[in-house]
Amino acid sequence: MIVAERKPLDEIKEMIKGYRKILNVGCGGCTSICFTGGQREVNQLIESLKPALQEEGIALQLDGFTIERQCNGDFYLELDEIMDQYDAFLSMACGAGVQFLADRYPQKPVFPALNTIFVGVDRDLGWFEENCRTCRECIIGDTAGICPLTRCAKSLFNGPCGGTSRDGKCEVSKDTPCAWYEIFKRLKDQNRIENILKVRPAREWRNQTRGTMVHEDYQKRYMR
Amino acid sequence: MKSGSRLERVLEAGHFAFTGELGPPQGANVEHVRKKAGYLKGIVDAVNITDNQTAVVRMSSWGAGLIALQEGLEPNYQMVCRDRNRIAMQSDILGAYAHGIRNMLCLSGDHMQFGNHPLTKGVFDIDSIQLIAMVKKMRDEKKFLNGDEIDGAPQIFIGAAENPFAEPFEWRVHRLAKKVEAGADFIQTQCIYDMKLFREWIRQANDIGLTEKVHILAGITPLKSGGMARYMAKNVSGIIIPDEIIDRIVQAKKPAEEGIKFCVEQIEELKEMKGVHGIHLMAIEWEHRVPEIAERAKLLPRPEV
Repeated sequence: MIVAERKPLDEIKEMIKGYRKILNVGCGGCTSICFTGGQREVNQLIESLKPALQEEGIALQLDGFTIERQCNGDFYLELDEIMDQYDAFLSMACGAGVQFLADRYPQKPVFPALNTIFVGVDRDLGWFEENCRTCRECIIGDTAGICPLTRCAKSLFNGPCGGTSRDGKCEVSKDTPCAWYEIFKRLKDQNRIENILKVRPAREWRNQTRGTMVHEDYQKRYMR
Repeated sequence: MKSGSRLERVLEAGHFAFTGELGPPQGANVEHVRKKAGYLKGIVDAVNITDNQTAVVRMSSWGAGLIALQEGLEPNYQMVCRDRNRIAMQSDILGAYAHGIRNMLCLSGDHMQFGNHPLTKGVFDIDSIQLIAMVKKMRDEKKFLNGDEIDGAPQIFIGAAENPFAEPFEWRVHRLAKKVEAGADFIQTQCIYDMKLFREWIRQANDIGLTEKVHILAGITPLKSGGMARYMAKNVSGIIIPDEIIDRIVQAKKPAEEGIKFCVEQIEELKEMKGVHGIHLMAIEWEHRVPEIAERAKLLPRPEV
């Protein structure tokens, strides 16, 4: 899932300053699951913004509307019908969703209410951790299902640096496990340390330009 | 000879090598570099020029290395993976070599978080082992990482670091083996205080024949005070200082003198150890004490090679 967190209220206020009719658009996808951009959070943000803006003497129409997913045009039909009533949009989707909304209504200013943080998992209720940097060349079959690009602070590909602490933590933070310590331990338990004994050559970074992917089954459909 | 550097000649002739370290200034203060170099000239076989150590911006290691060279001191050009991509690295290697630099130490680099620009973008395009392999390819195959021919290949004596004192201990000798496989000609270790653990690591390296394939220089940092000993033991990941050594320095009437005495004892012990081919003395901001340490540890005069 994509994990996001809400921007500070002051930053949001600053972005929407000067607009009178604003629609705050929520997303029922990832940001709803991580409790930052669903219907409930859309209403909470409106509740927090209204009094603050009133104090400053700004008369404002601030409504909320949550669609199932901001990253797919099929879910925009109802929004298409009401969008003309607003001067600007706030979006509580991830960065991808905000852009999709902005592309859909190019004549309207769109502002992100969230910062998208990472692709991650639920460590526990309301506790999320980054696990993937979408590098487009997954190697974790060799590294015991642990991504060193994401989870090693130096993104090393050939084993731990010299900074692993006695209790297996990263030198960057006492709360962060050393990815390579974990990889070594798990591979050893699985009798597979030979996986990481060979030098892994310099990788080719395939994520330095914007990605486009057409699913195999649909290639004919989009062929020019 | 791979590079013909003094360090390579000393090691290949079977002498016990002695290298030092010089940290460039946080500015373009040339005198600072010349002064430090002055203490080390004729005392060490080569001097490591650190590359923005602890992620604090300093004069570039090749820039300070060229000043050392002018002063008659052979630089060991440190390069970290933190700050440059493969294009910049290969370009800097060519530039450094063109100006007479012959030794390199390939490192991952201290994390940005520890430095004075903690929120900079860490590059880490390649890691230290991939850097070793890249320099070897440039030297031996005369090719860039992408396979293109090099017009004038850099003949570099390739160094790497190794830390026997970080977890997982069992992995450390494997990491050494990977660095040797990638092409390291010499290794400089993290500073040793726990001699027992170091002996175990070098025994493992001897057992699988690694010490015959690579020259290992044992890393030593003299303890200047009890406070320094305590600080390093507590705060520097991957450094182990046994309590009895901390106590020895803390309780000494003259801690600095005791630190030097201990350092000299360590060097004497390491000289006799199978698989150890030299000492790398990292006297942090204590370059002026290096001649005394070298003298007392009977590392002088340096051999003619």
